[in-house]
Amino acid sequence: MNASRTITRRAFAGGALALAMGRKSFAQGFAGLGETAEGFAAVTPGKPFAFPADHGPHPEFRIEWWYVTANLSDTSGAAYGAQWTLFRQAIKPGGPAEGWANQQLWMGHAAVTSAATHRFGETFARGGIGQAGVEAVPFRAWIDAWEIRGLDAFDPQRVAPLELKASAADFSTALRLDAEHPLVLQGDHGYSRKSDRGQASYYYSQPFYQASGRIVIDNKPVDVTGMAWMDREWSSQPLAADQTGWDWFSLHLPGDEKLMLYRLRQKDGRENLFGNWITPDGRSAEIAAAGNSITPITSSEIGGRKLPTSWRVNLPARGLAIETTPLNPKSWMGTSFPYWEGPIRFSGSHAGLGYLEMTGY
Amino acid sequence: MLRVTGLTKSYRSAGEDVAVLRGVDLAVATGESVALTGESGSGKSTLLHLIAGLDAADSGEIALADSVVSRLNDAGRAELRRDRLGLVFQQFNLIPSLTVADNLVFQSRIAGRHDAAWLDELVERLGLKNFLRRYPEQLSGGQQQRVAIGRALAPKPLLLLADEPTGNLDEDTADEVLRLARDLVVRTGCGFLMVTHSARLAATLDRQVNLHAGVIA
Amino acid sequence: MRRPLWILAVLLSHWRRHPMQLATLLIGLISATALWSGVQALNQQARIAYDRAAATFGGSRTAVLVSKDSATFPQQLFVDLRRAGWPVSPMLEGRVQIDGRSFRLLGVEPVTLPSEVGNAPAVGRGSLQSFVTPPGEMLVAGETLRDLGLREGERPQANGTSLPPLRLQAELAPGALVVDIGIAQDILKMPGQVSRLLVGKSKAPHATLESVAGEKLRLVEPSAESDLERLTDSFHLNLTAFGLLSFFVGLFIVNSAIGLAFEQRLPMLRTLRACGVSARMLNTVLVIELVSLALVAGLIGLVCGYFIAAALLPDVAASLRGLYGAQIPGQLSLKPVWWFAGIAISILGALAAAAASLAKAIRMPVLATAQPQAWQHAQRRWLIFQSATALAVFAVAAVLIQFGDSLIAGFAVLAALMLGAALILPMVLQIALAIGQRSARAPVGIWFWADSRQQLSGLSLALMALLLALAVNVGVGTMVESFSRTFLVWLDGRLAADIYISAASDTQAKEIKAWLRDRPEVDAILPGGRADTQLGGAPIEVLGLPDHTTYRDNWPLLESTANAWVRLRPGDTCLVSEQLSRRMKLAIGDHIEVPAPGGSWPLEIVGIYADYGNPKGQIAVNFAALTRRFPQTPQTRLGLRVAPDRIPALIAALQEKFGLDDRNIADQATMKRESKRVFNRTFSVTAALNAFTLGVAGIALLTSLLTLANSRLPQLAPLWAIGLTRRRLAALELLKTMAVALITALFALPLGLLVAWCLLAIVNVKAFGWRLPFQVFPLQLIELLAVAMAAALCAAALPVARLARMQPATLIRTFVNER
Repeated sequence: MNASRTITRRAFAGGALALAMGRKSFAQGFAGLGETAEGFAAVTPGKPFAFPADHGPHPEFRIEWWYVTANLSDTSGAAYGAQWTLFRQAIKPGGPAEGWANQQLWMGHAAVTSAATHRFGETFARGGIGQAGVEAVPFRAWIDAWEIRGLDAFDPQRVAPLELKASAADFSTALRLDAEHPLVLQGDHGYSRKSDRGQASYYYSQPFYQASGRIVIDNKPVDVTGMAWMDREWSSQPLAADQTGWDWFSLHLPGDEKLMLYRLRQKDGRENLFGNWITPDGRSAEIAAAGNSITPITSSEIGGRKLPTSWRVNLPARGLAIETTPLNPKSWMGTSFPYWEGPIRFSGSHAGLGYLEMTGY
Repeated sequence: MLRVTGLTKSYRSAGEDVAVLRGVDLAVATGESVALTGESGSGKSTLLHLIAGLDAADSGEIALADSVVSRLNDAGRAELRRDRLGLVFQQFNLIPSLTVADNLVFQSRIAGRHDAAWLDELVERLGLKNFLRRYPEQLSGGQQQRVAIGRALAPKPLLLLADEPTGNLDEDTADEVLRLARDLVVRTGCGFLMVTHSARLAATLDRQVNLHAGVIA
Repeated sequence: MRRPLWILAVLLSHWRRHPMQLATLLIGLISATALWSGVQALNQQARIAYDRAAATFGGSRTAVLVSKDSATFPQQLFVDLRRAGWPVSPMLEGRVQIDGRSFRLLGVEPVTLPSEVGNAPAVGRGSLQSFVTPPGEMLVAGETLRDLGLREGERPQANGTSLPPLRLQAELAPGALVVDIGIAQDILKMPGQVSRLLVGKSKAPHATLESVAGEKLRLVEPSAESDLERLTDSFHLNLTAFGLLSFFVGLFIVNSAIGLAFEQRLPMLRTLRACGVSARMLNTVLVIELVSLALVAGLIGLVCGYFIAAALLPDVAASLRGLYGAQIPGQLSLKPVWWFAGIAISILGALAAAAASLAKAIRMPVLATAQPQAWQHAQRRWLIFQSATALAVFAVAAVLIQFGDSLIAGFAVLAALMLGAALILPMVLQIALAIGQRSARAPVGIWFWADSRQQLSGLSLALMALLLALAVNVGVGTMVESFSRTFLVWLDGRLAADIYISAASDTQAKEIKAWLRDRPEVDAILPGGRADTQLGGAPIEVLGLPDHTTYRDNWPLLESTANAWVRLRPGDTCLVSEQLSRRMKLAIGDHIEVPAPGGSWPLEIVGIYADYGNPKGQIAVNFAALTRRFPQTPQTRLGLRVAPDRIPALIAALQEKFGLDDRNIADQATMKRESKRVFNRTFSVTAALNAFTLGVAGIALLTSLLTLANSRLPQLAPLWAIGLTRRRLAALELLKTMAVALITALFALPLGLLVAWCLLAIVNVKAFGWRLPFQVFPLQLIELLAVAMAAALCAAALPVARLARMQPATLIRTFVNER
């Protein structure tokens, strides 16, 4: 079989989805990463957000995701991580068509991580027939048997309470998420700039979830509790053509403060740093690139490539100087479009837990 | 060099055992030529076959140089025939599909004792020079038996065994072939044991022993 | 290491002096290997194609969910199952007519298609976008592209609509059109419907089937065999049986050549032992010699086998397409394992054929004990033993006929019959020749018969080969002829209309019908159509027959109730094909439930009809009832009754008016010609293998006679010495060979008829599902007898000619040289 002529379902579905699968797809090697947004809606500053409507899909934009990560621990204190993600991509602009003609493709990723193991799964679906989708009211995001669902007394401002479910051959997750603080807008009031050339996304988060439930790894159930974080982002052209990948941190700081921070790498070796510092009262302040840094310390060999797994983060203006280490350096998502995503802990001026994602290596 | 002691052998025939050899004692020294005579059915061919390891004795011992033939297995006896013995039969037993030249060399070849100079001498002495490219069926009986003698002596055996080698030849040819054989035996210094029913031919050898009723008379 | 080489050289020197023996040995091995591996190549080629088909369709290699009572079901069940964790992918299957020809349309869902579905879940080099969004893409194999006469990117027309642009996808099975499921639903006008769900191997936890789909769906577990494999099993078994037969005939030759060579080389072996080669070494080298010869012959045989396979492949492909609709590419592509298997079979065959000789060599005493009389005695004992074995084998055959009930049993009966007959042949010949001898008066006559008997032991293997080849020829010839006659009569009844039209679309069909209604020469318009569904898990066709006297008078029924045609009218009864009735053990008066789009369709069986050449089961119902129950049935096929003299003019007018070409319109004569052509091709492979087998048997006879010729000189020389001329001797020799060949051939005739009966009454019924009347065709038998005698004549001619021209000196030498 001629690989260049025929593309298997995995390659092509993965490849096609990866064209715009948000922060997952800032990878080298995929043509058209910063594919033109022609025919799709543009991301502009100053958009007023409306909830619950904005929890639902925005099909006029090319790509979108619902992203939950959780730092968990069992009764004996052993740490775990869980990830649940639903990606949407429109393969063609235009109003949503009925049935199989619908242009939306959906991709689900789920994973659980312990210090010793990392299990993941992925699944794909076409829009228009009900196999996958998101509804704002009542809130529900699903693909196959994986689902996030608003429970009774769902508050759109807090995006809570939620029930989260995912299962695959060798693991499953079932969590209940609750939050006492409302969601926060990232970037500049929800407008998240990705480059100097106009690439941007709409971006809000709910970083204040308390999580409890059960995860099962290789048929061994564990009752867990911890913290979780949801990211919502949509765009039509999130990346510039020369941006090759990124390193993204979500950190639970002491005193219920949260830090979202990422570094975009460019072909020419330059990098851009973005982030928001979030206080418990819901104030979200953008972090300037100047004077701040995210630097790799040590690397590990995973999935046939070398990735930095320990990092040094310096935000002098905020008095933050920490080093991060992964719970499991082998938190490799060997999905159609592979990347690293796993729980981390950090220490230094501040100590706590968080999630790290690295793409484009 | 060859020492046969107390050799017995019987065959089953028509439901009863017929004792052919009843305790034969015989010795042939290096360089000695011995004629083994006896009437038909006296067991002289059987004795020769036992010495050649073509058949196994019931009891007794055959020793050739340092090996005891009667204690060897098939492979050992084959090795003995290959390396230490030369055999000549009444029927010549050449290989019809090989030329005279190939017939002459094949035993020394498989014995790994090929000696080109010695072979040249054999061909010369046996007068086979002009027949080397012929096939056995294109030769007369005397010529065929000369090839057989050449084949047997090519590996320079310790002992040449001949079973009525001239039985198929007329008198003049027989004398000629036997003379050649005797000369070559002397030349190689090996022992020579020939079975014959002819007293005239037996007389030409160093010593005559007569087998009668299963024992050496 | 040198020592075995020297011994080998001595052993091989025999062949240099007996090149004819070597040739015989090699020819035997080569023909055995060639025919066997040729047939294997064909089978392998077909199997690769089936795999390809299975891979494309996610056929029976994958577990599937199907509706319990209908052809399709709503796709919501797919969504529900996915939501319950089932790794399923939907598929919609149907047929589309392009240019009057029917193609299999497959709608797949590329995003959920399990990666384990076959080895080619490949869905196009284009992006997902162009495949799934209208107009989509239609993936086809290169063969299909050529069949359609279109290029990539072009859009074929079907039923008045444009199909998606074509895209080449080499891995697909020929004849299949693959599109996105949404596009398939549009083309087939089945919105929201799917035919089945492929079940992936993912082990994620999921709810039970019943809790999601209730009683609507049924899980069909994957089977190791694909549908095509199951259907074509009989065909391949047939081929294999022929390959095996030729293989054994070839081994007969090898056996006789090796036997003779060992006999002649015994003195050489003794001399080698006397000169100091141990028994173990000698046996080892003998085996090495045999294996080397087999290796050489095996390689040559493989090359020949390749060419045989390449030559037969078009016919095999045509047969498989005609009989089973299986698409086999015309290009031979062989796996390495084929080469190894071919060499292995050559070596094993040679060892088997030489087993007796090798055993003799191993047990050989160094000292020769000549006992010629004992040998003759042994031969008599052997003859009796062989005949007793033959009778035992016949008994086994009788038991198998009585109690066997499978295709394998059918072939086992055949094998037992042939083996038994071959074993008993020497006894039959002995007796026949003894009778001849008793009736002879003149001394030469007595010698003639006596010497023939003496010759038998040397010839018997070759004669056995001749017997088997002839019997198979008679058997297969009779079967094909029986089938051919029955088929033609049946075809006359089946093709009762005068003109057949296949319109491009339903709309065009309506226009044609409207136009025809005003034509006075058209006596009747007979619409036809067929739908696909399944019965008992196997696919079947539902054929719609209009209620018309043409069918009532001509359509051949094997069995029926008194008023079957009248009872067919209301749409609650059906006729079933013979194949289906045998497979499902259905009889007149039985009731069946046929899954139809609107739900289960209960039908009572009122008749059984022959449906030769159709691999699928079929039922025939009233046409109006069919279109009611299967509304999607294309109504593009029409049969016309027309006054015979007006046919050409009407065809011309139709072609002109509606732009129909030869593929869309044909008269009855053309249809029959086409059907007969397909039919004949179906059996051309059988005929070719038949001819090969007879050829190999001829070679066996020739080589046996050649090897015998030399050893027979001592027997002939005395006669020459007492005054028979060489010409006379040669003539007698020829006559003797012809006499034994004739006796063999005469014995082969009844055996062949028995074989034919087995093929018709057992093998055909099991393999194809139809039973044909057994007929004897005397002319054909006489023809074969003549061919056999000609073969014997050819085989005997060479050695006899050599004898006639032999130098007296050579004869004289036998006196001098005789040992």
